[in-house]
Amino acid sequence: MENYNLNYLKELEAESIFVIREVAAQFERPALLFSGGKDSIILAHLSRKAFHPAKIPFPLIHIDTGHNFPDTLTYRDELIKELGVRLIVGYVQDSIDKGRAKEETGYNASRNMLQTVTLLDTLEEHKIDAAMGGARRDEEKARAKERFFSHRDEFGQWDPKNQRPELWNIFNGKKNHGEHFRVFPISNWTEMDVWNYIHMENIPLPVLYFTHQRLCFRRDDTILAHSEFIKQKESENSEMMQVRFRTIGDMSCTGAVLSEANSVEDIIKEISISRVTERGTRADDKRSDSAMEDRKKEGYF
Amino acid sequence: MIDYKKNELLRFTTAGSVDDGKSTLIGRLLYDSKSIFEDQLAAVKKSSEYKGLDYVDLSLLTDGLKAEREQSITIDVAYRYFSTPKRKFIIADTPGHIQYTRNMVTGASTANLAIILVDARHGVVEQTCRHSLIASLLKINHIILCINKMDLVNYDREIYEKIVEDYKAFASKLQVKDIHFIPISALLGDNVVDRSERMDWYEGSTLLYLLENIHIGSDNNHIDCRFPVQYVIRPQSDLHHDYRGYAGRIAGGVFKPGDEVMILPSGFTSKIKSIDTYEGPVEEAFAPMSVTITLEDDIDISRGDMIVRSHNQPVTGQDIDLILCWLNNKPVNPSAKYLLMHTTKDARAIIKEINYKIDINTLHRIEDDKDLKMNDIARVRIRTTQPLFYDSYSRNRYTGSLILIDEGTKETVAAGMII
Repeated sequence: MENYNLNYLKELEAESIFVIREVAAQFERPALLFSGGKDSIILAHLSRKAFHPAKIPFPLIHIDTGHNFPDTLTYRDELIKELGVRLIVGYVQDSIDKGRAKEETGYNASRNMLQTVTLLDTLEEHKIDAAMGGARRDEEKARAKERFFSHRDEFGQWDPKNQRPELWNIFNGKKNHGEHFRVFPISNWTEMDVWNYIHMENIPLPVLYFTHQRLCFRRDDTILAHSEFIKQKESENSEMMQVRFRTIGDMSCTGAVLSEANSVEDIIKEISISRVTERGTRADDKRSDSAMEDRKKEGYF
Repeated sequence: MIDYKKNELLRFTTAGSVDDGKSTLIGRLLYDSKSIFEDQLAAVKKSSEYKGLDYVDLSLLTDGLKAEREQSITIDVAYRYFSTPKRKFIIADTPGHIQYTRNMVTGASTANLAIILVDARHGVVEQTCRHSLIASLLKINHIILCINKMDLVNYDREIYEKIVEDYKAFASKLQVKDIHFIPISALLGDNVVDRSERMDWYEGSTLLYLLENIHIGSDNNHIDCRFPVQYVIRPQSDLHHDYRGYAGRIAGGVFKPGDEVMILPSGFTSKIKSIDTYEGPVEEAFAPMSVTITLEDDIDISRGDMIVRSHNQPVTGQDIDLILCWLNNKPVNPSAKYLLMHTTKDARAIIKEINYKIDINTLHRIEDDKDLKMNDIARVRIRTTQPLFYDSYSRNRYTGSLILIDEGTKETVAAGMII
């Protein structure tokens, strides 16, 4: 008998494509949340595969904190042009101006938390009933129990004790008026899977992921990029460092790592010997032991 | 760098009763296979010290939500990941308490293999039997019985052999063909990743070696061609003006261009023109690939239809016998209609008859109590509003499984395996 086995990346890909197609089939107004990070880039790539030769049948949504790495926006706009899909941008600044969100102050001020308000407002404004995101279960312990189809009540909140059991590959997207879903098609991927896949598929990435010279400073165990968005303490001196980013988010809370990695192969080698998780570089997770869980309940990704 | 082109995926579930050391075992697998990062380990060390423990409590690696940390129990299925140069593993970590049958069913539904833990001091207990029976019901083909805490019984060979004998006597009732036994100490690491020097009488392999090498290739059905249509792709662009592709995931069999196929429910026949992917057309497609099929003829096909071979069709019917596991706090309402999802098809159903409940500890039939409550398992007959195209669950997991959904709350209330 012939060998009918898929390699594991192809199997993960097939599973994710199945989930993305379920979303397109089961919901009226789905959307893909695009952050500019590698996980949402993969999601866009998988979506393109899922509907080929047709275009992706849903828009991309970007929640813009106003504190972006400029490279992220360039990459985003080029991708949108290439895919020929609609882009919806929700601005955190608008939420602040409308008094819906209050800017944090002080040294650790970040707009990361405020994103939740803008996200929920944007989803409501465009009547999105399923928002797909690139979150993975291996990222953080509060995510380990997340479903592929994650039910949110009419306030956009996540109730970890009241999630629907998810069996086989049957995904229940039924909902009542006002409720919606978050869907995580790459739930079963790890950071290493994502990088191996980027390598296998030769997916172009923002240059931020590769080594470059940047003016940075150290705070606690984290290296942060010097920018107008972060208030530095007197003791925190900026210096040029050879760095790259393992995750890309808001400039005010995304930490860099010292690295010489110049290619996807280099990065894979670096991660295989790395002993710190990628979220270990995220200041937003370090606020408390259940920081992620608390944010998720309120509607954060 | 691992050679991802050769690596396979193995999904397994772990079950054990409270305090059998399941979290410790998973922590040990993650730790010894170097899937734990320094920041995670540092957090666990800190928590262990805070709790006044004189060892690093690896079980803390896997406890997830605040509510669980407060109660020190696992209340839901958690998924863990690790890989070795040979395989990538997805663990569905399910709690073992009696009230959590539903979680075990959920975790087992996607697993190729089940690890069941037994405390060497207590041997085969009721929960061991229940976990094994659920694995058997969900048609998990491979079971590894880990006899844990061997360090607490002085690594005694006789104790191990007695447990193996007891389990074998019980397992003769199961439909699981492939059962393995390993004496381990998850706490100290014996026979988990590294071979134990304290049990030189044990000649079998370590747990990790078994997980890496057990043959899982034949777990998908490659005989009966089943393609539930998931989504119709119509680009309507100048370049692909007349393109009409049927997107979906192969549920069984091997499809090739040129194959004569039949479409259900219409019964129309056609030939496969191409099997498309983003990378281009492929020569064959098999489970669990996601592809897009185009046909020679223009036929009206939509989501929920199924493409099969005319000489090998699934059963088409509206009266269906099931093993049903009830998953919801709200018990069965015998007069209610439920929403039903089966492959990519939606329908509605009523539960016409509850034949008997199954005592999940002994597999005995309970004929006098027919109230189906949370965690109950029963044999039932349902009637659906439209015909479904199905196979028995033991023949095909994808075309043999369905879920029931409450019409009011829209919650998934039951999981069904077609007999």
